[in-house]
Amino acid sequence: MNPTNILPSGHKRIDHAELMGIVKRFPGVLANDHINFDVKAGEIHALLGENGAGKSTLMKILYGLYKPDEGEIRLNGQPVVFHSPADALTQGIGMIHQHFMLVPTLTVAENVALGMKSGLVMDLKQVKKRLVELSAVYGLKINPDAYVWQLSVGEQQRVEIVKALYRGGALIILDEPTAVLTPQEVKELFVTLRQMREQGHALIFITHKLYEVQTLSDRITVMRDGRSVDTIANNGVEQRTLARMMVGRDVQFQVDRPVVPIGEVKLSVRGLSATNDQDLPALKHISLDVRAGEIMGVAGVSGNGQRELAECIAGLRKATGGEVFLNGKSILGLPVLDRLNAGLSFVPEERNRHGIIGSFSVAENAILQNHGEPAFKRGMLFNFGAIARHTDDLIQRFNVKTPTRETPIKNLSGGNIQKLILARELSRHPAVLIAAQPTRGVDIGATEYIRNILIQQRSEQVAMLLISEDLDEILALSDRVAVLYEGEIVGIVNREDADVEMLGLMMAGVRHSS
Amino acid sequence: MNNDLTLAQILISAFALTLGAATPYLYASIGEIFSQRSGVLNLGVEGTMLMGAFVAIFFASDKGLQIDPAIGFLAAMIVGGLMGLLSAVINVTLKAEQGISGIGMTLFGLGMSSLLFKMLADGVITATVFPKLNIRGLSDLPVVGEIFFQQNALVYVAFALVPISVWILNKTTWGLQIRAVGQNPKAADAMGVNVNRVRYSTVILGGVFAGAAGAALSIGLTGVFQENMTAGRGFIAVALVYFGGWSPWRAMLGALLFSAANNLQIWAQILDVRIGNSPIPSNLLGMIPYILTILALVFARQRHSLEPAALTKPFERGEN
Repeated sequence: MNPTNILPSGHKRIDHAELMGIVKRFPGVLANDHINFDVKAGEIHALLGENGAGKSTLMKILYGLYKPDEGEIRLNGQPVVFHSPADALTQGIGMIHQHFMLVPTLTVAENVALGMKSGLVMDLKQVKKRLVELSAVYGLKINPDAYVWQLSVGEQQRVEIVKALYRGGALIILDEPTAVLTPQEVKELFVTLRQMREQGHALIFITHKLYEVQTLSDRITVMRDGRSVDTIANNGVEQRTLARMMVGRDVQFQVDRPVVPIGEVKLSVRGLSATNDQDLPALKHISLDVRAGEIMGVAGVSGNGQRELAECIAGLRKATGGEVFLNGKSILGLPVLDRLNAGLSFVPEERNRHGIIGSFSVAENAILQNHGEPAFKRGMLFNFGAIARHTDDLIQRFNVKTPTRETPIKNLSGGNIQKLILARELSRHPAVLIAAQPTRGVDIGATEYIRNILIQQRSEQVAMLLISEDLDEILALSDRVAVLYEGEIVGIVNREDADVEMLGLMMAGVRHSS
Repeated sequence: MNNDLTLAQILISAFALTLGAATPYLYASIGEIFSQRSGVLNLGVEGTMLMGAFVAIFFASDKGLQIDPAIGFLAAMIVGGLMGLLSAVINVTLKAEQGISGIGMTLFGLGMSSLLFKMLADGVITATVFPKLNIRGLSDLPVVGEIFFQQNALVYVAFALVPISVWILNKTTWGLQIRAVGQNPKAADAMGVNVNRVRYSTVILGGVFAGAAGAALSIGLTGVFQENMTAGRGFIAVALVYFGGWSPWRAMLGALLFSAANNLQIWAQILDVRIGNSPIPSNLLGMIPYILTILALVFARQRHSLEPAALTKPFERGEN
């Protein structure tokens, strides 16, 4: 480690940062329950836990975004109080958020200059000069004059890191930094982080990916339900152990994929083209087939046309060209309801916006599409008895944890909402299921459960399009994998021939030749 | 020959008049641009203008305080600033629905200015308008001088504000903060920018300019105050911000266009426009600015790179 206590970024080292007895309550939730956590200079401390375990809350307290209800923060032994991120930044604490905190319409240099003390007129020249120096020292290539909206996700993350370093960055919190990166970009990020560790930065790495924790961190703190389970040194700790600490029970990692006879083509996409919300081409002449009893995985970095593909098939977006056949019948011209009745089911990516109506009850959400069916009606009125029986059946069969069937669905956890959506979609016995990010933001227990249901549907001859940014999920479930890059299919490979490395390259646009 | 000369003179003064009549629009929409670029839609411009218009003339008129028109202009800006502060409290701190709260502010300004007008001035008030300020060298130029440089000080200031506000928005620290807060307040907050403070500053400034706009109408152009004398100009100024795609330069073009439309009756007489044999009814011409407003909003609905993504969204720190 660097012998002086001044970092290459120009800020004084933070030798020891401590969070002591932190308590944070939100209405109805104890997000942090007397948490102790610390990080030292020259250390990468991983903070591991499921969604909703309280990791982000704890770190937002350290960054001054939230005020703790109890407890204290100490830097180098001195108690400090942060009223806002500005205070934390002054002390050399930086945070790289999961959703990047960049203003797309500003340049890189302007984004960095934002919030800094300066005179009336911005001295952007000085900012750019310093940016170039910093990016050289830390090996992070960036162009200060580029507009943020022009940059790839990986580049934007580099900007975030340089931005944190510019403000000192003695202690940097990284909130799930790998979620949006390709495997190759993850490797580059890890090189950068290790280098920063050598130079004496203190790094906190929030994640729920066990492999990353093992590879990168010096110490690991596991959080569950707002509590700190334990803090351990990373000397050969097993993933299984970490998972048990995280979930509170043993976790089954592998999903058994029984051999299933492949049937005929159920979903056929032919030369499909579409534009995104900005009216730019998002899908360029996509063709793929999905057969009964087959899971076709669609991999790719977020924003490469996955959403548009799902929405075009489901009827939520107008295609600009091409054809989609379901059971051999063209459906592109049909309204949504007719597509559903033709045997299509859709589990949308943004489940809270497109999958449910939050203020409606669980029962109402369970019949969101088929409330017009005779089974649920009595003349012009609803047959509430039948609806209740149907809902109870779904709740029981799909293990949805809800206080009652009349509870507003928004009060359920993400995993249980997703289970109800799946239950609803599968109760209609679809021929084709489009599942977009089915386990994103869902806890490990529910993830396990949902994946098993998908596999079971495959056994029942459902043709499935599985759109996911999680390569592990793609590899665990798919029979074949199509990789999307900039709205085109880079290649379709059989599961047996695919590995993370190869899919990663394809996700970066490298064509697979076979 | 003689006739031609007269026509030229009339045209010149019509152009000069258009320039002058554009100033209330210009002040109000530049102020609104600041407010909106930071993410706050202030629909209270109309009411603030009315307050500014009355206060300015009250300070200038012999029926009121009989002080200088310049002091009246200043007072209008101060009152406008206070109205802006009130809007900021309602929209930024109390996070009201901006489209609705602005209507409230407008009704408040309309009622208050009418009340003061009746109580303090018995319903009639006049004042001498700002004197023409000739600029040596420029004002004597033929045609150009007569159109551009024989205006009053309020007109010069209004047009000078256009490049100044562009410079502030693009080159100063404050301007950067305004743009960032209007586009992505969470990012600005995470970088240590006080989002609400920036929004207070722009909404108050917007109020100051709306007050100035009112003064430009009462003691800059007409020399009188009447109940509801703005007649929708404040709302048109808000429309001009959209029409101009949040750019002060394009808002200025819009202001000139609307001002010309306002003077259409005069233009129609000068150019002797007729339908068949009869002149176009003046009521019909009077409708033109309002029709233009609607058309402008319909056709200005293409994508604008400057459109503040966080417009009308109150800022709240919290979960993503």
